[in-house]
This record gives sequence, C-alpha cells and structure tokens, in this order.
Amino acid sequence: MEAAQSTAKTRLLKKQRRLGSEFRGRLLVMTAAIIIIISTLSITAFLTAKGIQTFINGDVGLSEFLTSSQWNPTAENPQYGALPFIVGSLSVTLLSALIAGPLGIAGAIFMIEIAPSWGRKVLQPVIELLVGIPSVVYGFIALTVVVPFIRNTVGGTGYSMLAGVIVLSVMILPTITSIATDAIKSQPDELRDGAYALGATRWQMIRKVVVPAAKPALFTAIILGMARAFGEALAVQMVIGNVRDMPGGVLDPSATLTSIITLNMGHTTYGSVENNTLWSMGLVLLAISFLFILIIRYLSARRNA
Amino acid sequence: MRKTKWYILIICLIATVGMLAACGNSKDSGASEKNNGGGSDSKEETKGESKSLAISGSSAMQPLVAAAAEEFKAKNPDADIQVNAGGSGTGLSEVSEGTVAIGNSDVFAEEKEGIPADELKDHKVAVVGMAPVVHPEAGLDNISKEDLKKVFTGKIKNWKELGGKDQKIVLVNRPDSSGTRATFVKYGLDGETPAEGVTEDSSNTVKKIISETDGAIGYLAFSYLTDDTVKALSVDDVEPKDENVQNGKFPIWAYQHSYTKGEPEGLAKEFLDFMMSDEIQSGLMKEQGYIPANKMEVERDAEGKQTEIKK
Repeated sequence: MEAAQSTAKTRLLKKQRRLGSEFRGRLLVMTAAIIIIISTLSITAFLTAKGIQTFINGDVGLSEFLTSSQWNPTAENPQYGALPFIVGSLSVTLLSALIAGPLGIAGAIFMIEIAPSWGRKVLQPVIELLVGIPSVVYGFIALTVVVPFIRNTVGGTGYSMLAGVIVLSVMILPTITSIATDAIKSQPDELRDGAYALGATRWQMIRKVVVPAAKPALFTAIILGMARAFGEALAVQMVIGNVRDMPGGVLDPSATLTSIITLNMGHTTYGSVENNTLWSMGLVLLAISFLFILIIRYLSARRNA
Repeated sequence: MRKTKWYILIICLIATVGMLAACGNSKDSGASEKNNGGGSDSKEETKGESKSLAISGSSAMQPLVAAAAEEFKAKNPDADIQVNAGGSGTGLSEVSEGTVAIGNSDVFAEEKEGIPADELKDHKVAVVGMAPVVHPEAGLDNISKEDLKKVFTGKIKNWKELGGKDQKIVLVNRPDSSGTRATFVKYGLDGETPAEGVTEDSSNTVKKIISETDGAIGYLAFSYLTDDTVKALSVDDVEPKDENVQNGKFPIWAYQHSYTKGEPEGLAKEFLDFMMSDEIQSGLMKEQGYIPANKMEVERDAEGKQTEIKK
C-alpha cells in the first residue's frame, strides 16, 4: 500500500533503501539470467552426449546415419539411415515457409500500411488466437478436414507431405505475421513521407521503400517461423503418414525427424541402438536449429550495420 | 517484511536450481551405470514399507492397470498408486533401473534389446488378442494367413484380387518398435516385414484412419473393436474372439506383462496379487476387452512356442 502511494520521486530519494534494492534487483536479474544460461548449456551438453553415443559405440557410422535412406531398426540386419527424415523435415519446413512467409508479410503490410485502424483491430486478435490453439488440435482438425480433402481432390490416401505443409503453414503464420508487423511498424515515418513527397503512390512506397528497408527483419521473421515448423512434431505426425521411404513429391506420404522420434521413443529401451539413434536425430534437429539461429544473427547484424 | 519476501524468493530459486542439478545427476549416473553393463546393485529402495507404488510402461495396458489401481485404492485407502503410460520400452527400462516398482510391457523382456531379462520377474496379468482390421466396405470377412502376408508385404495391391471391392489397399502400420506391431508381425505375418504405409502411434488414430480411408487395412487389439466403424477379419476362418484366443485357435495374441525387479515385495506384491484375483480377472478385464490370463488353455514362451496347459 505505502509503495503504491509514494511517488517515484520519494521512492528514488529513500537513500537508505536504495543501495539494498539496487543489489537485490541485480541479484534477481542475474540469477534468472544464470538459470537460463545454465539450462540452455546443459540441455545442449546432455543432448550432445546422448546423441553422439550411437557413433562412439560404433553401432552406426556417421556417414551411414546421415546419407543412407534405409531405416529398418527392427530387421534382422538393422539399418539406421536417417536421410529420408532429414529430407522430410527440411522440405516440409521450407515449403511451409514458402506458403506462410508471403501470407504473413502481406498480412503485416495490410495491418500497418493499408488498413491500420480496423485491420489491426480484426486481424491481430485473429492471428494471436492461432497461437493459443494446442498443436494436437491442429493435428486433429487436419486429420478430419485436410486429409480427406486432399484424398478427394487430388487422390491418394491424403496422408502426405502436402497435408503436413498445410498444417505447419497455419501454425507458423502468427510467428511470421507478428514479427513482420513489428518490423514494418518500426520503419520511421520519414521514409514514408519522403516517398510520398517524391510523388510515389502508396503501393510504390510500400514496394520500393518500406519493404526493402525492413527486409532483414522480414527474413528473420520467416526464419523464426521455419525454426518453429522444424521442431513441431505432434500435428505433423498425425497427417504426414510417417513412412520410411524417401519422399518423391509433395503428395507422397513422408516422415520428419520429430515425428519419428515421438513415434518410437516410448517403445525403445534406454541405451539400445535404436534409442540412441533417436537421440542422434534430436541432435541433428538441434544442430539445424543452431544453423537457423546463426542465420538470424547474421541477418540482424546486417540490419544494425 | 518486503526484504524477507525477496530473500525467500531467491532461496527458492537457488533450491530449484539445486534440485534440478541433483535430478540431472541421478539420471546421468543411472544411464552411465547401464552403459557400463553393471547396475546390479542399484538403489533398492524400501518400496514395501512406504504405501506408495509407481507403475509405468505400455500405453496399451495403462487403462486396465489404472482402473485396477482405482479399485485397489478403494479397498486400501492409504495406498498411493501412480500409473504412467510411456511405452513398453520405457516401462522395461525404468523397472530394470529401479525407478519404478512395476514395469508394464506388451512384449517379453527377452525381446527388447538392452534389458537384463534374467533380473526381472514376469507376471502375465492379461492376454490381448489382435485382429487384422479393414474398412467396412472392403467386402471381406475372412482372410487366409497366406493372403494376409501378401497384403502386408505389398504383393496384393487391390481388394478385388481377394474377392472384395475394386479398391486399392492402403496399409496402416504401427511404429517399428511398437509391441502391437511386433506381435502382429510375429504371429500374423510369421515375421515378414510389412511394406511401407501410413504409420501412427495411437490405436485410436489407427482406428479412425481405417474407418475413414477406403481400402485401408491395419491391426488393432480386440479392446478397440467396440463398434462397427471398422471390420475385424477372421484369419483362416477363425473368428477373432476371446474364446478362440483362449483355446489357441486364433494365432495373433500377446501377453500383457507386469515386470518387477526380482520377487515383488510389499505393496507391489499386494497389487499384483489383486490383479490376478478372480475379481479383476473375470470382472474388470472382460469389461475392458482383455482376456483373463488365468483362463488361457495354451501358453507361450518368449520364443513364441505355444503349448497346451495341462490341467
């Protein structure tokens, strides 16, 4: 109560308590930061330790794991090639970014430049709502709507990479849109005024001035969306078919690293070769996520320069 | 007052970090112990004394064991039983590491790599039958084992080859290491590897896919055959029924195992005795679609050899 009543000035002037609160605040923030750093490092270390077990034990060669397309862990002569899943993961990620990227950026342009007042009022809550839907619900909706739709319109069983891409596109749309919105909003009004002063139309201003200026941030938005798509397991697992063959096209069923991990993890015993290879797939996921982050860092460094 | 609040918060934070670190350590030591091949003298806790019991493993068995645990708790109010699903592999790993007192599995421990099966005691609490299941409009009631193998290995691609509708066959599989798949492959397909098809982990999803996809075929435990959205096929003119599993005519079935590390003690023993009691075996098991283990007229060993039980 007393804290609420005192003004900022009196609070700052309370000399005796000032040093103490400075210290406590520092301590609190430092502790939080250290916890974050420690947990990130330990997760990385743990995953690396588990993930390289396969190769240390000599059960599977690194090159076989990364380049062979034969995955038969329960066969007489087990084969552990994860290439189809790596290809599957990368292709659904790239394709969903191709769909959700333009949609998200267009939505952001609409909200900021074209219909700021009611556009934001309507579009923003709708997009934020998409974040709150659990992925199992996305998966179930896709299973009941998207899969039969694909089956009836283009044929096949419907369980396909395309179904996975559609689900993922919807799931990463909010990420891309909200970051793109911030990126476009943060462009100074001088840019817009300058463009108009030179006689540009609104479309010219958007296309030639605002979007190029925000370009690095827009790429960051797409890559963050891709990182999310890359790690998503549940919804994709329900609709993609999870076959071990190398996908030949978007209408073929396929599998991703995450879907194979979630499908098999519970059934395998700790320390078995198959269990270890699943950890190795986790490590591959982490490595590729790091790659995404490096790209983001590179892009944002360019933006600041 | 405010000062103390902050200190408490910070102490809590530090305690949390400490606990996390401790957890990490214990897990790590467990894993390394296992990797060294040892681990025989892992902490055998006095689970008998305390009235709490941790059970984990096969997700297929989870509903049955959880329901049995409820009934057990109703009779023994001070008993605390936790039943987690997580897969047969998880159950076997955790029971051999001593993390849980009972590990449920739908395959023999001998069949799983990296499990010290000789240290574990097998309690066969129930039997579950599995049937090949098709979309109701496939136009088929019965399939011979030879044809079943041809369908699942991809040699027969259309139902009309077997006298059904002109529909392309769509295979629905369970993941490689799933217990249901292992049982179906071993006893339904005589060990032949199924061709690629849609793969789903949950039996409910498998059922949904088969019921909605024309020409689909998969396999489900009898406990999922509760309505006519999917059609269960007879194999070699033997209907997939409990009686036919009990007398050994229907080949595709598996035990539901509860494993303990060594002989069960205390609450674990009480609970397993309760599972084997007539009350559960002829009551709850039937209700849930399982076949009572004590009604079997045949038995099987880990190699799959089936023999008649002499009475």
